[in-house]
Amino acid sequence: MRPRRFGTAELLLLLSILILVVVVAIPILLIFWNAFVVEGKPDFLRALALLKEPDTLEALKNSLVIAGGTTVLSTIIGVFFAWLVSRTDLPYKGTMKVLFLVPFMLPSFIGALAWKILLSPRGGHINRLLMDLFHLEDPVFNIMSLGGIIAVETMYLFPFVFIQVSGALERMDPTLEEAARISGAGLFTITRRITLPLMMPSILAGALLVALYSLAHFGVPAILGTERNIFIIPTKIYEKIYASGGNFEAIRTGTMLSSILVLSAAAILYIQSLVLSSGRFQVISGKSMRPMVLKLRGLKWPLLILSVVYIALTVVLPTVTIFLVGTLKTYGLAFKLENMTFDNFTYILFKWELTRDAIWNSFYLSLSAAAVTMLIGTLISYVLVKTKIRGKFLLEFLGVLPFSVPGTVIALGVILMWSGRFGVNLYNTAWIIFVAYIARYMAFALKSTSAALEQVHDSLEEAARACGASKWQAMKDVVLPLIKPGMVAAFFLIFLPALRELTTSVLLYGPHTRTIGVAIYTLNEDGETVYAAALAAIALVIIVLGQLLIKRVTRAKIESA
Amino acid sequence: MATVTLSHVTKRFGGVTAVRDLGLEIRDGECFSLLGPSGCGKTTTLRMLAGFEDLDEGEIRVGDRVFSNSARRYYLPPEQRDFGMVFQAFAVWPHLNIFDNVAFPLQIKGLSRADIQAKTRRALADTGLLKVQHAFPGELSGGEKQRIALARAIAINPQVMLLDEPLSNLDPKLREEMRFEIKDLQRRLGFTIVFVTHDQAEAMAISDRMLVMRDGVLQQVGSPIEIYEKPSSRFVFSFIGLSNFLPMEDRDGRSYVQGAPEAGPLEAPRPTGAAGPTWTLASRPTHIDLSAEGGLRGTVLRRVYLGEVVEYRVRVGPHELRIQKGARDQVFEEGAPVGLTFRRCLGYAESSES
Repeated sequence: MRPRRFGTAELLLLLSILILVVVVAIPILLIFWNAFVVEGKPDFLRALALLKEPDTLEALKNSLVIAGGTTVLSTIIGVFFAWLVSRTDLPYKGTMKVLFLVPFMLPSFIGALAWKILLSPRGGHINRLLMDLFHLEDPVFNIMSLGGIIAVETMYLFPFVFIQVSGALERMDPTLEEAARISGAGLFTITRRITLPLMMPSILAGALLVALYSLAHFGVPAILGTERNIFIIPTKIYEKIYASGGNFEAIRTGTMLSSILVLSAAAILYIQSLVLSSGRFQVISGKSMRPMVLKLRGLKWPLLILSVVYIALTVVLPTVTIFLVGTLKTYGLAFKLENMTFDNFTYILFKWELTRDAIWNSFYLSLSAAAVTMLIGTLISYVLVKTKIRGKFLLEFLGVLPFSVPGTVIALGVILMWSGRFGVNLYNTAWIIFVAYIARYMAFALKSTSAALEQVHDSLEEAARACGASKWQAMKDVVLPLIKPGMVAAFFLIFLPALRELTTSVLLYGPHTRTIGVAIYTLNEDGETVYAAALAAIALVIIVLGQLLIKRVTRAKIESA
Repeated sequence: MATVTLSHVTKRFGGVTAVRDLGLEIRDGECFSLLGPSGCGKTTTLRMLAGFEDLDEGEIRVGDRVFSNSARRYYLPPEQRDFGMVFQAFAVWPHLNIFDNVAFPLQIKGLSRADIQAKTRRALADTGLLKVQHAFPGELSGGEKQRIALARAIAINPQVMLLDEPLSNLDPKLREEMRFEIKDLQRRLGFTIVFVTHDQAEAMAISDRMLVMRDGVLQQVGSPIEIYEKPSSRFVFSFIGLSNFLPMEDRDGRSYVQGAPEAGPLEAPRPTGAAGPTWTLASRPTHIDLSAEGGLRGTVLRRVYLGEVVEYRVRVGPHELRIQKGARDQVFEEGAPVGLTFRRCLGYAESSES
């Protein structure tokens, strides 16, 4: 073989590094630069002074309370239901397990909208009903409070814990518990001394994900908190950027808060990697045998009813509310047939430019972002997993970045980068949202394509080469077909969340580049509750159809394999 | 007395009968193996003994005490059976150190601190783990993990030890070593062993008596010698060691190999157990002599040198036999005609395994 200095592999590496630098690294650097550098000199004191402003301090405190409360509550609920469906003889376990995952696919800001309609202190339907029924002076619930935000966030985030823990319980070697049993321990002792400690890493992993998301989420606190002057870091950033019309101090505060978000996200992810990599807790499964199951006896049906009521309250009730409110002729009318109409939906879908545009924007933006991000992700994963060249560590470092950047931070970063400072001004165009989506969802693409590539053992490619295939032919005929399911998964993992994205788009939209999420949010802000609900209902239908499509596609894959 | 008695034990999973009408007595202090191919019901039997599976029919008693009885729907829970058990995948708890793993059953029993200390140290000493007692399982090798499982099982000084393929996750050299260690522990502590394995050599080496099972049905019970020397069926013969089978037919009072009349008649007398005009001759590779002249005529197909022994593949008519001779015996070339004499062979009426 002739010696090569610069071949295809080096070219691919360089290209991958370049993409990650432009899409992720520079925006983040710009945020830190703006936060801590004044007129070319580092200035930490002024940055700290900004943080001491009462309203930013308050936002930081609220973030801590909401993230903490949501994490604790989600962990308790997630662990309990996970244990219930995988370690007891609860009736209809299989169905319940699927139902507990439904909140995952519902956008939490639509849930927040529904809960605001139901439980806002004065106008909330349930509050009014209770006040009428019991002749009360004051409303019973106030969802527009710290507690309310925590409750709503928990409804949509607890599945992170549920999935981690129920998965771990099912993968766990049942003989670990049987060994304790034959040693004389009863079920309670086994749960306390063996099962729970062994589940700890999974519980922690799920809890940290909840913390990460509740820290970075914009939708729920924006809908339930802003009106009542309850801000958390992302909504504070939004307020600063918006209210001040782009003045420098506001952007500095925004970048400061963003830096805090990035650093806490990085810290959370670092702790998670520590927890997951400590091999002490590995519970490899041996033979697949049925695990021990606790007989609930008399509690069987009460616990099933509890689970069903929980699903009804957190999934069915908000969804039904959204659909019903979406049909009202005017908000505030009673839910009677003569007050309802389908005109709202046709108006939103076909007549009103604002909502029509929003649906179209969301569609082509998430479609193109998903396709492009998936391809870039595959390229980067290929270089990371399959090549052995010098300089790879740089890519490895850059590849970790997308995981730790919250949506608000990405939005601010791309604003700083693409607003003409470097000769390209994308502000107020759809392009800026497109670039932001790529950065936001790169982590998803990297995760599923690198997992797929790691499954393809090097010897498969080598066998193709030994049979006379060129590097390119081996890639095309052996590697690509094998990782195609991973690529399809990556596409959908990006497409569906992007379709309902709010946190990033809300900072980037212009007059003609609203997305579905932004349109629902602004309609609600403008008091157009009925149209907000109608559009939300349409969004829910699209999301459910999308999920069904994925099921179809992935199942077809499995059957053909 | 820890005599374990199973009577009429039956276990079904859905439509499949995993164990069918099993009757068995495992004597106090003996090492008893349940042997059979995977899916034969041996592990299910052990799990019924441990109390992890209920019975569909039958009864299990230990000494005079009933542990499981299907008619009365009485099942003593596993945690009250006071058995020691070692699992195939070790099942040592990764979040506890070695000492705490072994001390666990003693803590559950509510013994005093001093008692726990003393008994745990004894079990650790017996299994050679004292040096690593503060380590965590993740830091140890497979063999050491299996020692932890053993130590944990003997800590409460059980009368009966249940071992579920405890050696199959170890490499061959370690497997042999652990075999001796288990036997040694048994001699010192005097417990009864019920040992599940699919490895016949392992069962022969460790057992006082053993049982061969197939498709949930008991095939034969006996000492290793009885089972090796007098397999009760063609299946047991083939399962218990290397084997050759030749289909035979009787004509004019002599026995010929089916499809190979030119090989000549069998010179040995027809073995007992062979009934009817057609039967199966079974013989081990080491029990067949080769000679240039006489015997059953065949041709050497291949010869493989294995160190101490030379293995021949010999064709007799349409059949192929495996024959092992000492490396210093007379050597036959590939393609050469040879004569086969059966020093020992058995006859079975069955013509095939089913």
